[in-house]
Amino acid sequence: MIEILNVSKSFGNKKAVEDLSFNVIEGEILGFLGPNGAGKSTTMNIITGYLSATTGTAKIDGIDILENPIEAKRRIGFLPEIPPLYPEMTVKEFLGFIYDLKECRFPKEPHLREICEVVKIDDVYNRIIKNLSKGYRQRVGIAQALIGNPKVLIFDEPTIGLDPRQIIEIRNLIKMLGKEHTVILSTHILPEVQAVCDRIVVINQGKLVANEKTEDLILAVDGSRKLMAKIVGPEADVLKMLKSTSGIRYVESLGRRDTDSISYMIESEDKIDIRKTLFYNLSKNGWPLVGLEGMELNLEDIFIRLINKEKKGTEKKKRGAK
Amino acid sequence: MFAIYKRELKAYFLTPIGYIFCGIFLALSGISFSVTTLLAQSTNSLPFYFMIMIGIFAIIIPILTMRLFAEDRRGRTEQVLLTAPVSLTGIVMGKYLAALTVFTATLAVNSFNFVLLFQYGEPNAVNILANIFGLFLIGSAFIAIGIFLSSLTENQLIAVITSIGATMGLISLKFIADEIKFEFVRVIIKWFSVMDRYAPFTNELFDITSIVYFISLSAVFIFLTVRVYEKRRWS
Repeated sequence: MIEILNVSKSFGNKKAVEDLSFNVIEGEILGFLGPNGAGKSTTMNIITGYLSATTGTAKIDGIDILENPIEAKRRIGFLPEIPPLYPEMTVKEFLGFIYDLKECRFPKEPHLREICEVVKIDDVYNRIIKNLSKGYRQRVGIAQALIGNPKVLIFDEPTIGLDPRQIIEIRNLIKMLGKEHTVILSTHILPEVQAVCDRIVVINQGKLVANEKTEDLILAVDGSRKLMAKIVGPEADVLKMLKSTSGIRYVESLGRRDTDSISYMIESEDKIDIRKTLFYNLSKNGWPLVGLEGMELNLEDIFIRLINKEKKGTEKKKRGAK
Repeated sequence: MFAIYKRELKAYFLTPIGYIFCGIFLALSGISFSVTTLLAQSTNSLPFYFMIMIGIFAIIIPILTMRLFAEDRRGRTEQVLLTAPVSLTGIVMGKYLAALTVFTATLAVNSFNFVLLFQYGEPNAVNILANIFGLFLIGSAFIAIGIFLSSLTENQLIAVITSIGATMGLISLKFIADEIKFEFVRVIIKWFSVMDRYAPFTNELFDITSIVYFISLSAVFIFLTVRVYEKRRWS
């Protein structure tokens, strides 16, 4: 549905995106991940035709965005990082304007009403955008993208700055939209991607770092696990025992966080489930294990690992070449 | 294009800018009209009134055009325009025609002033019509210049100041030309001078070269605005 082929974009001397290629299949929700300044927004702006790539092509539904911009743009609904709203208009006027701008052919009023129901803004339909809260503005931004029922939806960090309840609502909304549309969702929040996306593309400094199915990516980097264990027992002895256990790479005492137990951060070796060993060893010593939970990998960890992996890969290649 | 035209037209009157423009236009024009004709009890000074109007345009038309692109750039709404299935020319023309409509409507309302003259005397109707037509052409060219300068910045204040500078500059070319002794340079400057191009209309002439000049001036600046946006996509 969307083909990005060897796209590069430079701003003066700075390369924002470098030789990026990936595809998005019809009906897929693609998570587009990267740290701030990685080139996510630039890439999305190129796909939507707001910017032109220095080299390379972007095609929507087989139509080149540069060769036939009007036809390509007709197939895209875009929510930029900052929702593009005219503050002096009411929601109704604004959506009506977008409807005219996109030259839609559905009956106007029912179409707008339907979209407002989907994104839950029907209660502010007649209010002036200037007076709406951040969450509502974001939703008006999403509504704007949905007008004309485009095949492709592109959302640039749609949940940024929202409260947790709104984040969940927007996520569910995107999930629902993904049933009928092809979606690209950029974010730097990992759980968001895990919850919503089928596939993940990771970029860093404008370059592709990973392009995998969501589960594969998480497995690939989640080889070693971090656990937090709460153990009742003398701190020094417990630490000594844990350090000598095979399969544990790293242990750190986090101190006393409740009245009787001490918390430890335990990191296991790659692809080893340490939990059973841990339980048996502790019970042998008569130290009760009162709590054990997995610590979620965050995006930073994933990046560090992916980027390290890549470095190792290129070093190996270089050595091979020698 | 029509969607943008409609929105811009509406936006003029959702924000105070439209009212400010019409208000100042009609007030300044009304005062000058009263002083030059009604109080003087003569239509001999009508040419002077039209000269004053051109000076007024140089200041108030930039107020009309300053927001057209600068506001979209600052408010990031240009992203919705530039990613919509509309051509760049369509966007620029939509905005241009919206400003032109507000201007032309106010100019038309203002023309009722002349009806008063016929109560008291027998002014030359063809002369007045030719002048109004000339004012319309000058206004449409100033709008195009204002739009171009608005597309260069996201700061409306900068847009309005540079536009006033540009329109004032075009008007003062006439006085500069008069001071220049080299015939060749003077002819060139006079060719670009708005006031010299306006002169035929004061003599009831619908001069074709002047009409072409004003329309070309508008077209050039509309084209340049499109180029500004074209170029920004690539840089």
